Amino acid sequence: MSNDLRSPLSRARGLGSAKDGVHHFWVQRVSALALVPLSLWFVFSIAKLATGNTSYAALAYWISAPSVAVTLVLFLAATLYHSMLGVQVVIEDYVAAPASKLTVLMLNKFVHAIAAAAGIFAVLKIALA
Amino acid sequence: MSSKTPADPRPLSPFMLGQYYRFQWTSLLSFAHRITGIGLTAGALLVVGWLTAMAGGPKIYAMVGPHITAWYGQILLFCWTWALMYHLGNGVRHLFWDVGMGFDLKTAERSGYAVVLVSLVLTVAAWAVARLA
Ligand code: HEM
Repeated sequence: MSNDLRSPLSRARGLGSAKDGVHHFWVQRVSALALVPLSLWFVFSIAKLATGNTSYAALAYWISAPSVAVTLVLFLAATLYHSMLGVQVVIEDYVAAPASKLTVLMLNKFVHAIAAAAGIFAVLKIALA
Repeated sequence: MSSKTPADPRPLSPFMLGQYYRFQWTSLLSFAHRITGIGLTAGALLVVGWLTAMAGGPKIYAMVGPHITAWYGQILLFCWTWALMYHLGNGVRHLFWDVGMGFDLKTAERSGYAVVLVSLVLTVAAWAVARLA
């Protein structure tokens, strides 16, 4: 106890130096778990689409099935969230200067948020057309 | 982590490989998890590009579709699916470690071989099933 450099309050809060505790770690794991079935589904679907009829009509017909559209939205949301968290760790590891680190971290969040919005909107537009 | 750039530029992790750090199967796989993670991020952005082009209608899609069916598009797709199956398998390996299982050296080395094998089997199975079905 006496040679612990953290104060009792800090240990009770459990937030650490990044001030968000285990939140990042935890949501990276939860998104990874969600991605296990979603990725298997996506890889098998993509292989099937790529080796079958790749006309616009056939692809649009596939996407517009409710079960496919909903699963695609879930896949996009889970993937891009997990990817945003993952790339954040890589940036934190390799970009050292505080100013450029902050800039690149923000850019990472924006790019992933835009991709998620665009991807989900595209699926809905095709499915509801 | 220090918030300032160190005045003395000491060698950091990726540059330790080869010169200071003995080659290990497990570190190669760990490295591959990060590389595939970044590759998959690029791939996910391409998936969004594909869907956005689809949403633009047949005319716009006609500019994108031929690149996917071209030989280089097919090779890229195959590599992307393999990267995803590897990252998935190794990700599950990570999840077991996180709950404290399989962290001893022997098991970690063996589960590493298993992950590479499973990733190959799943990738080939996906494309084989697609072709046969
Ligand atoms: C297309 C889908 C995916 C993308 C774009 C993606 C991307 C990433 C990225 C960029 C990282 C950071 C790598 C690093 O810090 O070295 C990461 C880490 C991780 N990924 Fe994924 N990933 C995907 C799918 C999956 C799946 C299906 C799993 C299944 C379990 C998974 C499990 C993990 C785990 C456990 C980590 C943390 C590893 C660590 O602590 O070093 N990922 N991912």
